[in-house]
Amino acid sequence: MSGLGVWNYVIIIFLMMIGLYMVMSSSNLVKKLIGLNVFQTSVFFLYISFGYIEGATGPVMQEGASLYSNPLPHVLILTAIVVGVATTAVGLALSVRIKESFGTIEEDELHTMDSSL
Amino acid sequence: MLAHLPVLVILAPLLGAPVASLLRGPNWPWLLATLLSWFALLCSVLLLIQVNAQGTFIYTMGGWEAPWGIEYRIDFANALLLVLITGLASVVLPYARLSVEHEIGADRCPLFYTALLLLILGLCGITVTGDAFNVFVFLEVSSLATYTLIAMGKDRRALTASFSYLIMGTIGATFYLIGVGFLYVMTGTLNMADLAERLPAISDSSTVRTAFAFIVTGICLKLALFPLHLWLPNAYTYSPSAVTAFLGATATKVAVYVLIRFVFTIFGVEFSFGAEPLAEVLVPLAIIGLLSASTVSIMQPNIKRMLAYSSVAQIGYIVLGLAMGTAMGLTASLLHVFNHGLMKGALFMVMGAVAYRMGGTSIDDMRGLAKTMPLTFWAFVLGGLSLIGVPLTVGFVSKWHLILAALELGWWPVVVAILAGSMLAVVYVGRVVEAGFFGEPKDATKREAPWGLLVPLWVLVIANIWFGIDTRLTVDIAEAAAAQLMAGGVVR
Amino acid sequence: MTANTALLLTLVVPLLGAVLIALAGRWPNLRETVTMVTALTLFGLVIRVLMGLNAGEEIGVELVTLFSGVPIAFNTEPLSILFAMIASGLWIVTSIYAIGYMRGTNEKQQTRFYVCFAIALFGAMGVAFSANLLTLFIFYEVLTISTYPLVTHKGDDKAKAGGRTYLGILMTTSIVFLLPAIIWTYAAAGTLDFVPGGILEGHLAAGSATLLLMLFLFGVAKAAVMPVHRWLPAAMVAPTPVSALLHAVAVVKAGVFTLIKVVIYIFGTDYLAEVPYEQFAVYIAGFTVVAASCIALRQTNIKRLLAYSTIGQLSYIIMATMALAPFSEIGAAIHIAAHAFGKITLFFTAGAIYVASKKTEITQLNGIGWRMPYTMTAFAIGALSMIGVPPTAGFVSKWFIIAGAFQLDNYFVLVVLILSTALNAAYFLPIIFNAFFKPEDVTPVKDHAEAPTNMVIALSVTATLTLLFFFFNGPVLDLETQIVGGMP
Repeated sequence: MSGLGVWNYVIIIFLMMIGLYMVMSSSNLVKKLIGLNVFQTSVFFLYISFGYIEGATGPVMQEGASLYSNPLPHVLILTAIVVGVATTAVGLALSVRIKESFGTIEEDELHTMDSSL
Repeated sequence: MLAHLPVLVILAPLLGAPVASLLRGPNWPWLLATLLSWFALLCSVLLLIQVNAQGTFIYTMGGWEAPWGIEYRIDFANALLLVLITGLASVVLPYARLSVEHEIGADRCPLFYTALLLLILGLCGITVTGDAFNVFVFLEVSSLATYTLIAMGKDRRALTASFSYLIMGTIGATFYLIGVGFLYVMTGTLNMADLAERLPAISDSSTVRTAFAFIVTGICLKLALFPLHLWLPNAYTYSPSAVTAFLGATATKVAVYVLIRFVFTIFGVEFSFGAEPLAEVLVPLAIIGLLSASTVSIMQPNIKRMLAYSSVAQIGYIVLGLAMGTAMGLTASLLHVFNHGLMKGALFMVMGAVAYRMGGTSIDDMRGLAKTMPLTFWAFVLGGLSLIGVPLTVGFVSKWHLILAALELGWWPVVVAILAGSMLAVVYVGRVVEAGFFGEPKDATKREAPWGLLVPLWVLVIANIWFGIDTRLTVDIAEAAAAQLMAGGVVR
Repeated sequence: MTANTALLLTLVVPLLGAVLIALAGRWPNLRETVTMVTALTLFGLVIRVLMGLNAGEEIGVELVTLFSGVPIAFNTEPLSILFAMIASGLWIVTSIYAIGYMRGTNEKQQTRFYVCFAIALFGAMGVAFSANLLTLFIFYEVLTISTYPLVTHKGDDKAKAGGRTYLGILMTTSIVFLLPAIIWTYAAAGTLDFVPGGILEGHLAAGSATLLLMLFLFGVAKAAVMPVHRWLPAAMVAPTPVSALLHAVAVVKAGVFTLIKVVIYIFGTDYLAEVPYEQFAVYIAGFTVVAASCIALRQTNIKRLLAYSTIGQLSYIIMATMALAPFSEIGAAIHIAAHAFGKITLFFTAGAIYVASKKTEITQLNGIGWRMPYTMTAFAIGALSMIGVPPTAGFVSKWFIIAGAFQLDNYFVLVVLILSTALNAAYFLPIIFNAFFKPEDVTPVKDHAEAPTNMVIALSVTATLTLLFFFFNGPVLDLETQIVGGMP
């Protein structure tokens, strides 16, 4: 398979790595959450890529369309997006509480304060 | 009614959670949660009896047939696990009434019990479902509930512990999702039984191999296998006592179940151990985990933290058993899943009782406990003996089977490692016992823990001894489950 | 009642006694009475079992099955009934002694003491009557755990440190060596039952059998073979009644008992004779005998000296067992009894001296024989039994062991016996001599006479038993020859 034929997967991997890198290297908690979101989004793209069929339209019933993309990955990803949103919400709520308790959301400062992160 | 048992176990906490959030005060949500968990336990036990009598129980949600619909599939392995989860919930919830109110405050209790019910929902859901993506959904439900519960701990480090766990747990779950995605692309199905049928034909492709790697790694993060265990010590130490007691006994065990399900049922023994170097990777990690975690736990001044590291070590034992790839090893692993739940549940409840009276869980708080809080302390001694593996306790039963399984394979170094772990357990339990017997109490005016904490605690301690002597239930079911899993394939 | 009922009751009674003692804690006289009644009842029950054994009754009780074919089961045979009789019989005497000792020194926590004692006897009975290795292992661990509070009774730092060594060595060896040995035996033979002739024949490769033997030898640390012997001197921080009954009789004899059972009923003497390097076990035990005697020579603390003497005497038994000669097996079994009588006397006297005069070192004992004639005479008898001089019990067992050595031309055993006899004499005789024939050069702390009456009665009884055993050992002999299937 040529590189151009799998360009979608290349982008997905690219995003995945960016996401992971952001999670690991950022010291700001919110930036970590953003990285996590990027990582999760790359996985969403992966699934939707799987569902795509050459020459098909999106998986919504419409006049004149005969070939639809596989709807199942879309459904799965809707669920996963919700999960991702909930996770981000909890993560941000925790960041707010951490800011209230510790006064900072920088990981290295948190680490020095309590050596627990 | 009996035909709907699997879904009843899920429905009870699912419907209860929003109701609990609307109730006022510390006691009403607690009562609701306790009654629901007892109901769930009843259903689980009935389910186990049914599976024992009639074999694998297949339940199709909403009547949509598999592989398009989601089906719930209960065989011996998840029946056992379901009993463990609901059983522990039933014991920890009565305990939670005093402990939680003391540590969290009466006004936050409704939300606490809501989250706890969601956690129970998530864990039970993972256990009963027969659909790979459904596992992900319930996994995330339970994880989110866990993050919330951990963050409710008194110490502010609970917040950072929860955040770490959130990041690591989400990455793990996402890895799992990637793996499932690859499997879907190759087979076109998400139903576990269907996957098991279709995978052998295509198992040679690198996609399937990658899927295997992602799934195993993701799950290992959730079950805290060394070196993916870094979230566990902080999470267990700083969360509220009742949460640690329940979590420490169930969360990682459910992840073990998912691993077993994928390795043995879906991918099958030949692929997992033959084509993939699963044993070669997991066994060394398990051994390093159990030795290093046991060693680190010796040096901990905070006893809850010590028990958390001990849990990492015990996970090492469990993974060791299943990584052997034999029926004997799998039996030992499943046995230890159940038995360790009993042990750690009891021990963490003891620490909760200590925290309730003494305000902390460091070794200084444990000094002289034999005099000031004898019932609590003796519960710790018995739980500790179980951890070491003294005969007549559940710990001995697991250890016996594990060593027998290792001897069957001729893996002498593994036997040595298992025994070294027991020795280390003698040291870290011994130092607490010594402090309790010989130390001077920090505050001699403290009385014994209240009955509300002691009774559930001792129920679990007695269960430790009971199942250590009458092993028919646990051993027979574990052996039956192992036989089923090793045979692979699925009952249609 | 049937012998089976009596057998089960020998386990129930001490446990029940422990509960009753705990309940009677607030009334010392009642509590002591409960102990005495329990001890007497237990002995009576053991006699009933003995009668059943002699009459040829079928004795065997199976309780719950722990897992796959390994039940918790009990039965009896000559060796077990001997051990049970000694433990239960001497408990009666020790209780009398302990009452005198605990009240004489005004010890604290006496209830806990008597309760743990009863539980330890429960453990000893369980070990004695176990029908398979797993049951034995369970009660072996019960013994370890129940004696820990007794060893650390005083509660001070020395007691804590001693307790740590005690528990550390016993638990570590039982988990790291004994447990894998048991599991390996199960994996190889498919069963753990004690069967005359052994269960391992044909199941193990030759080299593996040697390894298994070594695992058992070092795993049963209660038999105090070097280098896992250090727990015994460390346990001397316990009050003397504990050292007397438990560390001269119950605990240590449980250790050698386990080893003899393993040799005769798990390996089988015929099979074991074919195991390569089996003689190494004899050498290790022999080395322990001589080394322990040498160390004992240099001890000045009475109890520590007796502890090392015990280590040496235990290794006599192990050496004789491992020598695999019929006479030496009998000698080993009899030495369980002989040594018990002698050593308990010696410990009793050590405690008596301590209670009466607060003295703990042998250098302080000049001339004490005249102040405490009963005590020191008993000491002399016990010491002579250790050396193996007629007319004491020690002579009888030594005779058999030497006969066994000749049976198989085992010159190593012979040399060890001669050497150790000389060493024993070297460290015991001077004490006796100094006690009676040297004038008092250290003014005693208080002007004292004999020890409290209870204690004197107890030690006189055991000293008399030591002498009587020399004359009236027929029944014991007949009983124990059964373990080698009749006189060879």
